[in-house]
Amino acid sequence: MEDTVNAAAERIRAAGAGPARPARDPVNLPMIRNWLEAIGDRNPRYEQDGLAPPAMTQVWTMRGLHPAADPTDPLSAMSAVLDQAGFTSVVATNCEQTYHRYLRDGERVEVRSRLVDVSGPKRTALGEGWFVTTDSTWYVGAEAVASMTFRVLRFRPPGSVAATPASERTAAASDVLRPVVTRDTSFFWAGTAAGELRIQRCGRCGRLRHPPGPVCRQCGADRQDHLVARGTGEVFSFVVHRHPPVPGRRLPIVVALVELTEGVRMVGEVLGADPAQVRIGAAVRVDFVRVDAELTLPAWRLLP
Amino acid sequence: MISGRVAIVGVGETEFSKDSGRSELQLAVAAVRAALADAGLAPTDVDGLVTFTMDSTAEIALAREVGVGELRFFSQVGYGGGAACATVQQAALAISAGTARVVVCYRALNERSGRRFGRVSRAISSAPTSSGVDNAWHYPMGLGTPAATVAMVARRYQHVFGATGEDFGRVAVAARRHAATNPRAWFFERPITLADHQASRWIAEPLRLLDCCQESDGAVAVVVAGAEQAADLRQTPAVITAAAQGSGADQYIMTSYYRDNLTGLPELGVVGRQLWQQSGLVPDDVRVAVLYDHFTPYVLMQLEELGFCPPGEARHFIADGAIELGGRLPVNPHGGQLGEAYIHGMNGIVEAVRQVRGSSVNQVAGAGPVLVTAGTGVPTSGLLLAPRGSGKVGH
Ligand SMILES: [Zn+2]
Repeated sequence: MEDTVNAAAERIRAAGAGPARPARDPVNLPMIRNWLEAIGDRNPRYEQDGLAPPAMTQVWTMRGLHPAADPTDPLSAMSAVLDQAGFTSVVATNCEQTYHRYLRDGERVEVRSRLVDVSGPKRTALGEGWFVTTDSTWYVGAEAVASMTFRVLRFRPPGSVAATPASERTAAASDVLRPVVTRDTSFFWAGTAAGELRIQRCGRCGRLRHPPGPVCRQCGADRQDHLVARGTGEVFSFVVHRHPPVPGRRLPIVVALVELTEGVRMVGEVLGADPAQVRIGAAVRVDFVRVDAELTLPAWRLLP
Repeated sequence: MISGRVAIVGVGETEFSKDSGRSELQLAVAAVRAALADAGLAPTDVDGLVTFTMDSTAEIALAREVGVGELRFFSQVGYGGGAACATVQQAALAISAGTARVVVCYRALNERSGRRFGRVSRAISSAPTSSGVDNAWHYPMGLGTPAATVAMVARRYQHVFGATGEDFGRVAVAARRHAATNPRAWFFERPITLADHQASRWIAEPLRLLDCCQESDGAVAVVVAGAEQAADLRQTPAVITAAAQGSGADQYIMTSYYRDNLTGLPELGVVGRQLWQQSGLVPDDVRVAVLYDHFTPYVLMQLEELGFCPPGEARHFIADGAIELGGRLPVNPHGGQLGEAYIHGMNGIVEAVRQVRGSSVNQVAGAGPVLVTAGTGVPTSGLLLAPRGSGKVGH
């Protein structure tokens, strides 16, 4: 796998800069005004002189809120390779920008990027991963107006089944029903994404609770904390679901109500189990199914 | 106290089908007109309407089409089929309080030809509400159909009490036996045997296809009025001897999995205790029980929760045909939702009224009270109905 990543990196690096990607719109005052307001920059000079703040350079060539994958972009291409290899999470680590001049209202900008370096696999606090470095240059016509060195870490969250290559996940994984997440429950989903099974713990009396809620039923405190479960438990009850279809899953599936060693109960799919071998009382250990960048589900595996 | 002061004075239904060919609003209008005609009342006599939060027909839309003018009371009850008997309770409360005089309760649904409740619903799963947050602990994990949520409880019930799939099957056999002699039932003249049940395919183990109620199109309406007014109307009034709603501790919708035990329906226990307390009756007094039967295991658990037998013993209670016509406690003489139609429990109220009037196609002899329950596994409701003067007065 390491060889596959290195070979792909060399191929993409050797291809040099990708095609120029033009900005969706020319540099314009409404967008400048919005950006200044959002950032809280009250300098009147930009609007008076029709100049764009330099730090806004990258904004002009952004691809919108829901960008399609762009295989001609070196960073996208390298990210796809690492995603396939199981390095599915991403965090930006460095961004250095150099501005050669101000952009002016009405100018048309375009950007070209190239892959500079891919190094790894390396052990990091987030998990094993690869650092990917790209250089980008913004042009107006043939004139370079700004440049950037950008580095990201693509990593595999520890303890997760993200090691499952993307190609082996079910084709319909994107159909999996999404949990409604609120301020009361986001800690749980942040936990699964980090490979932790978190149980809500009252910040005052320490009572454990799942499903979580904002107020402790024992002491009334609204200060909630959590602990990381050991990840072990027993099947309290279970269902073998055969019909009708469940979005994002191939049937049958076994879904269990698990009583955790810590005492709370939690529902999750039992992965890789022969339905005939699942029993009430069977010992299970937690596993994590990474659906995509936004969602990781807790699940269970039978212990031998 | 409602007891004895309010009655169901009219009932109406559409045909029950798999494809009504009409809008849900059209179905609602037809059922309400039929119920008013049954009662001998005009649309202009109606000043209150109650339905389910799940119903697609708003009270005002129904009032416009039926020709009801001014409304003084309108209300919707939540929690799916758990609302059924509660619509009548709401009507009775409003009438007892003098808020309204004649209230119609209705439910219309194209559940088979339109949105099928048995499927996994993305809308329910993603609702931006506290219930949507509750669903986050089940739907994304692959537990997203009513059958599967019940199967989780049914498995535990089997494990703790030794009940079997055949025990569940006996409930289905009784329902289909009753439906077989009810011309209104979808499964008219189509009884099943226990072997048929055991041979039906798995849906969500331990539930088989024949443990699950059918899916139906249709509508039901009932007219509620004060007992004094009822005496002047066309039909024998079905007096509301008791009416109650109930939600248990640590309640969820279909997934109350976090209580100490997973072998009962505590929310129905809340209903049952109120029904007995309001009426002064005991389970042995009940002549006929119309128990909400979307899934067979919950019929067994209702018998226990209501006090007809001790916890875990329903399988013994039903083993000798006690819940069939001619048994000690005939259950669902119309065939229930397993056999007649799935109109979210409202057709069960109609059957109870017919049993009180003595006009059911599968009439159970006697003058004793009739019990009706609503959706199980959810916050729910119940009624005790009787001919005038037959129920004891509560304390
Ligand atoms: Zn507390």
